[in-house]
Formats: sequence, structure tokens, C-alpha cells
Amino acid sequence: MALELRDIHKSFGDTRANDGVTLTLESGAIHGLLGENGAGKSTLMKILSGYIGADSGEIVLDGTPLRLSAPRDAIRAGIGMLHQDPLVFLPFTALDNLLLGAPAASAKDRKGARAELGRARERFGFALDPDATVRGLTVGERQQLEITRLLWLGARILILDEPTTGISADQRTTLFEALRSLASEGMTVIFVSHKLEEVEDICADVAVMRRGRVVGTSAMPCPSDRLVQMMFGKVLVEAEPPAVEPGEVVLRLEDVTVADRGLATTDLTASVRASEVIGLAGLEGSGQRTFLRACAGLVHPEHGRILLGDRDMTGRGLEAFLAAGVHYMPAGRLEEGLVSGLTIAEHVALVTGNGRFGIDWKQATDEADRRIERFSIRGSASSPADALSGGNQQRLLLALMPPDVRLLLMEHPTRGLDIESADWVWTQLMERRRQGTAIVFASADLDELLRYSDRILVFFSGRVLRTLDARGTSGEELGALIGGKEAVA
Amino acid sequence: MNDTFASIVFFASPLVFAAVGETISEKAGVVNLSMEGLVALSAVIGFMAATVTGNVIVGFLAGMGIGATMAAIVAVSSIELGLNQIAVGFILALLGVALSSFLGDPYVGREGHGVPHLAIAGLSKIPFIGPVFFNQDLMVYGSYVAAIAATFFMFRSRRGLEMQGVGERPEAAFARGIAVNRMRYVYTILGGALAGIGGAAFSLDVKLGWQNGLTQNYGWIALAIVIFGGWNPARAAIGAYVFGALQIIALKMQPHVPSLSQVLGLTPFVVMILILVVIYLPTFRRAADRHPVVRRIFAGDPPSALGTVFRRE
Amino acid sequence: MNTAEAARRIGTRLTTSLIPILLALAVVVGLLAAVGAPPFTALGYVWSGAMGGSSQVGDTLMAWVPLTLAGEGLVITFAAGLWNIGIEGQIVMGAIAATWVARIGPDMPFVMLLLMFLAGAAGGALWALLAGVLKTKGRVNEIFGGLGLDFVAAGLAVYLIIGPWKREGIASTSGTEIFRPSANLPVVGTTRLSLVAVAVAIASVVLVWLLMRGTMFGLRLKAVGRNPASARLMGIRTDRYLLGAFGLCGVLAGIAGTIQVAGVWHKLVPSVSGGYGFLAILVALLAAFRALRVPPIALFFAIASVGSAQLTLLLYLNSAIGGVLQAVVVLFVILAGGWQLRRLSKRRSAAAAEAGAPATVAELQASGPAAPVETSGTTGV
Repeated sequence: MALELRDIHKSFGDTRANDGVTLTLESGAIHGLLGENGAGKSTLMKILSGYIGADSGEIVLDGTPLRLSAPRDAIRAGIGMLHQDPLVFLPFTALDNLLLGAPAASAKDRKGARAELGRARERFGFALDPDATVRGLTVGERQQLEITRLLWLGARILILDEPTTGISADQRTTLFEALRSLASEGMTVIFVSHKLEEVEDICADVAVMRRGRVVGTSAMPCPSDRLVQMMFGKVLVEAEPPAVEPGEVVLRLEDVTVADRGLATTDLTASVRASEVIGLAGLEGSGQRTFLRACAGLVHPEHGRILLGDRDMTGRGLEAFLAAGVHYMPAGRLEEGLVSGLTIAEHVALVTGNGRFGIDWKQATDEADRRIERFSIRGSASSPADALSGGNQQRLLLALMPPDVRLLLMEHPTRGLDIESADWVWTQLMERRRQGTAIVFASADLDELLRYSDRILVFFSGRVLRTLDARGTSGEELGALIGGKEAVA
Repeated sequence: MNDTFASIVFFASPLVFAAVGETISEKAGVVNLSMEGLVALSAVIGFMAATVTGNVIVGFLAGMGIGATMAAIVAVSSIELGLNQIAVGFILALLGVALSSFLGDPYVGREGHGVPHLAIAGLSKIPFIGPVFFNQDLMVYGSYVAAIAATFFMFRSRRGLEMQGVGERPEAAFARGIAVNRMRYVYTILGGALAGIGGAAFSLDVKLGWQNGLTQNYGWIALAIVIFGGWNPARAAIGAYVFGALQIIALKMQPHVPSLSQVLGLTPFVVMILILVVIYLPTFRRAADRHPVVRRIFAGDPPSALGTVFRRE
Repeated sequence: MNTAEAARRIGTRLTTSLIPILLALAVVVGLLAAVGAPPFTALGYVWSGAMGGSSQVGDTLMAWVPLTLAGEGLVITFAAGLWNIGIEGQIVMGAIAATWVARIGPDMPFVMLLLMFLAGAAGGALWALLAGVLKTKGRVNEIFGGLGLDFVAAGLAVYLIIGPWKREGIASTSGTEIFRPSANLPVVGTTRLSLVAVAVAIASVVLVWLLMRGTMFGLRLKAVGRNPASARLMGIRTDRYLLGAFGLCGVLAGIAGTIQVAGVWHKLVPSVSGGYGFLAILVALLAAFRALRVPPIALFFAIASVGSAQLTLLLYLNSAIGGVLQAVVVLFVILAGGWQLRRLSKRRSAAAAEAGAPATVAELQASGPAAPVETSGTTGV
């Protein structure tokens, strides 16, 4: 009994999400699939569950090739996937969520569903009220509901994509016990995660993905440092010496608590000085984004103070932060940074405001051309932003940055960029730093964090777990801390 | 008094069809903004078909066909071509109105058919309820069937649950093996067909004949009633009756303020939209949330994926 | 650009505009034949009815003026991603405000008209801002807010005509008292053509073109319409720009309403907007929201509207065939655009799989801004 993935390829535009993945998974065990964000784990699992189609490759279950043209085919083959954001219907009851999509066979009716929820309670301790609206359930409970549903539909292969993000410790214990019990009954469980500790805790073996490929497999237990090395590649970083002495304090957070879209980030205390580079490490959704958004005036603290220089900015809006020299560059380049359909020249005019009312297009185009040359953007003044490649979009965003930024807040400055572009981006940023700009950036790339930061704040579950001096820290230490393992460090 | 209520129910019935039809379409995630034109055109075509064949049933079938066709255009342009549903719907609204005037012109003033009246034995004897609801004609009974069946289908059947899922979160419905776009076609076209029956009812039953502007503004108000009904067919039907009541009140007031009779004709439309605006104002919503009873009456969020396009990557 | 590329471009142009227009004409010819009218004679009458003489040309231009004004207004609101269905009501409110001034204003040439234009612009702007406030503050979708305000404006007009502003002795929906001469736009000869009106419409084209092309306001508005989240992070106060778009569109619609009373009817009538607001939405859609494309398309619409009125007199046909032609042309052009877009994106994704080319199709987006359709459309970050 085995599931085989053979040479799976999948591209989105010019990004190769899966670049020839081959993997064999035996039944009756929990298999870990490790990798940092963007390594291609979710894409692979979505292909396996029929949710997206592969460009090429083969999936073979017990010697039979599967044709997965829609999730329906995967469900029939006994493959069920719990998505990272559980694909449940918020306004419906738990019972309706269970029923929705279940084949209209006789046993899969309301009564059967209610009974199934009862069984899940007995078997796994999933305490779900069948008539409760899912909107009122926690993420953990939504997962329990989805797992119950997938098992009810007869899943023999259960995929869980980052199941522990946003759930409580108790729920995690319950989940792990359920998974162990399922595996012992002969089920194949695929546990997708980037948390080392959890993979070490429950997986029988592990496959590590990086940049769309499986870079290694191992039986568990396996030394943490080896896993970290597989996940992040060889981390051999000589931190760049600080070119300039840090100046006065630019940003200070005093015991700040912020809630942004449901996630509370608590007890943030930090101070950043001019010409300093601060890296924010942590799993996606651990509070880094909230930290940056609070520092940009986009969300307001429920508690504590935010100061820029000596000025208390607590509760002030984005405009006040912009005026104080704060610049925020979010991760979604086309979603929150650039405007699709507007050209480079139009972007330049937007940010420079080369006239109070009118626009001098000649000047804007010339300025755009100058910046295109200076920032080596492959495109012309009349190219729309959405026609540029990811790297060139990032260059454009840098080119649009105002000259007098005191505090630069960035998310994933080099995500999705080729090495050359990434190096180039950092050359620009270091130049800014020499001019006195303080830089705070969030990244999932350990190499980047260690190479460029002076200090690193490690986030875990909405808190700063540790503040590190980047120069005294190894990749292994940082990787372990990100995974929530303080013991190794 | 009973007569007044009976006529409210009677005159509101075409709107019940239209509002229930649009509710079905929107519940599956497709806005069919063409209602104004759809209702007008199906009224004309229905009347023409009935007049030519001498058969009122053929008239209603023709109305259904027109409604289904216009809905299909909205569905294809959204699902296949990725066009904006609002844009296509709006164009079809104006097109339907213009076409109805042009095609209906030779039929203006011709005598219509009517639908057989049928008091339902037993039920029509119930005090108040009987004379108001069960001493009507077949079209009116059809509107009850449409509203009740749609409500039961939507909230009590598996297929209805799937349909709601498609409008609520298509990616989740897809992950459960549901053919999202096929469902959207089915329900958009079905909703259009129902609204087409409503259109035909205007010229074949409520008014016996066609004249220019016969259905003017009823399509727009049907769209408003869908929102008023919180995307629930039964409540949409109630919304149609509320609108019918407003119209009767306006009609009854005419002898008292004869100078304003022309304005009174418009007031139900104004009042209906104003009610809608008020119940969606944040202050009202907050106030309503504090009172469970009020909340139950006015609750209703649009399907989350309304107006969006779903594609498998 | 090589020849093959140029040929392909021309081919695209043909499939996306010429073929749908021909198809639309074919549909209309078919409809005319179906009702037993001689189709080509009828189309000939439409042309001569609209362009056959100075009087006809005058009428056509007086229909072109409000269509152009409203169409230009909609270029602004569409740029901001708004569906300003309330434009009918904005025209009516402009007409009402202008009529109010015509009734009570000083009986002096020029001054009277100037005041009427100012009042009309203010009336339209007020009505548009109301829809804007409902959207930005009340989260009421502009389509339904606008529709409601359309009904209210129409009701108010009828009320005024048969109520407070009724003609001496008779309450009739045929309209108010005819304006004093000082409140009427001067006309050319015996036609109904007012050069002032035409000049105002041309000015609106130039101004909106400049606004959208050469001002920070226009550029920021585009940014807000295309991506409110990015615009917000650039420090643009999105709500203010949405209100600004509504207000400017209302000004142009109000001026259109003023011209309708001062130049066409010389009194307030219930159907004072002439349906030009809704028609202008079709004009703007067909113009793909470009200011300079509005006037020629509005002219085509005006010819179809005015010319088809002749069919009633000459062939006893319903003049709505003009409306059918307008709507079918827009429908077919947009469907063809969508079809073309789909073919392109299919070809590109196939190419992208091989060469890794990024897919960009913004240039061909015929579908217009993705307006929020839920009743509580949010606009800011």
C-alpha cells in the first residue's frame, strides 16, 4: 500500500512552484512534509487533492495511476485535504458543513452526519455542536469539523496543511492524538508544516522541500540541525559589518498590544535606531505583519505606546506616520504596493506629485526613465506595472520610495526574486541605511535575516520569543527558534 | 378589507416570481442585473405568444424562455468570458426595455387572456386567510409554490445547501467535489426563467394586455426586494407583499389628495428603496443587532462570493 | 512593430469593434424585417431624420449635448470604480434647481442663465454627493443608493410640476409654465440648436480629458478605482476621492439637466432627463471610459435616438428600435471584447508555460471596473 508522486511539475506564471517532485508515502504512518514558506508544499498537496491541476507528472495509488481533474476524483480515491485556512462555510451550521458535498447516498444524511459528529466526539474528543454556526467556531474546531467530514467521506489518505497555525495548545494535543490513532489504523497521514518541533513530535519520517523540489528525506528521529540545513540550505553567513554607527532612536514601542484581523500580538517592546537593520523572523502569521502595520499607523494599539523619535504617535493615522517619514512596503506587490494598469511613469507621478494640480508628463516620463535606469528596471516608462516581472516590480517599488525615509518597514523584501535581483535589492537597502534610514523587515529567509540584520526579533504565536544579536547567531539556532524550540538555542 | 388584502397578494404575485428568481440566481453567486429588461421583455413576448397561439400557457412558457435566455447571457459572459456581471446586466436591462417597446407596439391595446380563477375548496373558507390567499387564480398559486419550494429547496435540501455553498465560498464547494460553474449556470437560468414567468404574469394576468411602460421600474424594485428579503425567497415574497401594500395605500390615498395622484404612483418605489437604505445603514444594523427579534427579521448578508468569477487554477 | 504584428492588431480591432457593430446592425435589420418594415428604407429614414436637414441636425446635437455631458461625468466615476446609476436623478435634480432659478431669478439676459447653470450644477452635485455619502459613510452600495435617489428625484419633479409649480389653473403632468425668455438658451435660426450648449459639452470633453490625463486628481482617482489598498498606502484618502468623483459627475449631470430645461423644453417636464443618464452609461461602457471616445459614440447614440423617432411618423414603427440598436451594439462589442480577452489569456498562459511570459491583459479590459456588488461594499483599507 503506497502513494507515489512522480515528477510533478507546476508553474504559476514564471514561478515554478513544483519543479519535478517525486515522493513515495507508505500507508499506516504520519509523514512529515517540511519546508519554509513558498517551498511548494501547499501546491503539491493541492495537486494531490485534485484542487489544482499539475502541468505534468503522475500520481499512483497502490499501483494504479490516478486521474485527478477535480477534487471529486480525489475524494473518490480516498484522498482528503484539510486546507491551511479550513475550507468551511462560515454562515452554515456544523451539520450543514458536514453534509455539503457529501454524496447523496442513504447513509450520508442528516441523521448520519449527526451520528458521525457524535462518533468524532467519542473517538477523538472533538466536541462540536452540530447546530452551531461555524462562524462562531475557533480555527481548531473548524479543523476538527473538516477532519470529521473527510473521514466520514471515507478518506484513507489525509492531508493536513499547516494544521497547527492558529490553534490552541489543547487543540493541538487533541489533533495529534487523533492523527496517531488514525495512522495506527492504517491511514496515511501527510502532515505539512514548517514547525520542526511538531514534525519531530509525531512524524514517522519526513520529506523536506525547498524551492519546488524535494531536497531530502529522512526517517525520524533526525537531528534538528540536519533538518534545518535541508530546509534552508547551507546557512553559511558572514554578517556584513555595520557600515555606520547607529544614530538616535527612531522608533520605540512600549508594551504594545495590537489586534489585527483576529490575531492579537502582545507585549511588543522594541526600540530601533537610525541606520539600524532589524529582522523580524517567525512563521507566517506569528505577528510580524501586525508589528509592521502598527508601526505604519495602519492598526492602532489597544494598549501601550508607539513613539517616532520623541513624538507619541499612538492612535495616529497612516497620514501622520507618512508625514513623519515612515514608509511601509507590504508583501503583496500588486495587491498593496502597485496599481495594476498604471504605467511606471504614472506611478512616478503619483508618488512624486510633480505638480500640485497638473502633471508635467514630460518631467514625469524623464524622471521615470532616470529611475528605470538607476534601478535597472526591465521595462519602459509606459509599461504597466502588472506587465513587469516580480523582480522588476520590487525594483519599481524601491524606485518609488521617497528620498527622506527615516523608518522603512518591509515585508519579504526579496520573496520570489532571483539571486541577482535579491542582491541588488539589498545593495539599495544598505545604501539607504548608510544615509541613516532605519530598516525593519520581516522575512522567511534565514540567510537574509542573518546576513543583513543587526538584531533579529523572533516571533512566535503573537509574541516576541527572543531578541537576538544577528552576529552571534547560527542558522540552526534561528531555525529552531522559529519552530518554537527554545531548548536547542 | 379582505378584498384589499386579496388584491395586494394578487398584484404582488409577479414580483414574487421575479424576486424569488433573482434570489436563486444571487444565492448561487450571480447577479442578474437585467431584471428590468427581463421582466419587460418576457411580459411582451409572453403576451404575443399567448395572443398568437390563443393559449395562455404558451404565453407563460414563452416568458420563461425569454427570462432563461437573458439569464444565460449574463451567466455565459461572466463564467466563460470573465465579464463584469453588472455591466452585462445593465446593458440587457436597457436592451430588454427597448425591445419590449418595439416588439410590443403592434400589440398595444389588444385584449388579453387572463388566468383561470380558482377558489381552493376548503382553504378558501378559512376566515381572512381564505379569501386573501386561497380565492385567487392559478398564477398566484404558482407564486406561492415558487416561493415556498425555493425556500424549502434552499434551506432544507442537500442540493439547496450545495447551491448556497457555491454562492458563499466557491473554492470550498469546489474542494467538496461540486461543479461550481455548472451549478451557477443551472441556477442563474432557472432564476431567470422564474422571473420570466413573473414578467408574463404582468401582461397575461395582472393587466390583461400590453402597453408601453407596463412593467416600468418593477425589475429594479425586484432587485431591491431581494436585498430586503435578505436572500431568502420566503422573505423576498413578503417584501413583494410589503411593496404591494405600499402601492395599494398610494392608490387608496389618491381620492383624498387628487392633486398628488401622479406622485403617489412613484412613492412606493421611493419608500421601498428608502427602507432598504435605512436597514443597511451601519447605525441601524448596530441597533438591530442588540434586539434578537429585529435581527432575525432584518438579518441577511449577501452571499460572500456574489458577483465573482470562479476558476480552477 | 513588424507587419505581421500590425496585421494582427488590425485583426483584433476588427473582431472587437467592427464585426460586433455589423452584427448589431444585422440584428436590427432582422427585427425591422420581422415586423414587416422595409429595413433599409427604415435605416435610411433614421439617418435622414437625424442628419437630413439643419433642423434635424440641431435636434441631434441637442441630444448629443446631455449624452456627452453625462458620459464625461461617468468617465470620472467609472475611473474611481463606481457605478453611478444615480446619474438619472442627478440630471433631474439639475433641471429642478435650474427651473427654480428660472422661476424666481432676475429677469436679466445672461445673468439669469448663468445663475441657472450654477444652480443646476449645484443640484446635480448635491444629489451625487448624497449617493457618495451613503456609499462611503453608510456602506450602501452606490447602485441601489443611486437607484433610490433616481426615484426620489423623479417623484420630486412630478410633485413640483403638479403641485407648487403647477401652471395657472391646471395641474397637469405636461409641465410647468414656459420659462421667461431670459431663461432660455439662444438658438440658431429656426432650429433648436443652442451653440452655448454645444460649447459647454465640448468644454466638458476637454476638461475631463485634461482632468484624467493631466492632473494629480485624475491620476489619484484612477489609482483609487483600480486598487484602493495600494492607493491608501500611498497616502491617498480614498473616501475623499470617491466623493470628489461623485461631485464632479454630479456637476456635469446637473449642467445636462439645466440644458434640458433651458435649451430643449423651456419648462420642467416629468421626463426631463430623457433617459440620457442611463444611455450615457452605455456610452461610457462603449467608450471604455476614455474621455475622447465619448463624443463620437454619443453622436452615434444621438443619431439613433433622434432619427428613430422619425420611424413613428413615417412607418408607424415604435421608435424604441433606436434604443435596441444602441444596446445591442454595446452588448456585442463588450461580448466580443470578453471573447478576445479569453482567447488572448488562453494563448498567453500557453505561452507562459513555455517561455514564462507574464500575462497582462489590462489594455483590453472591456468589462469596466470591478464594482462591488454586495450591499455593503467597502472602499478603504
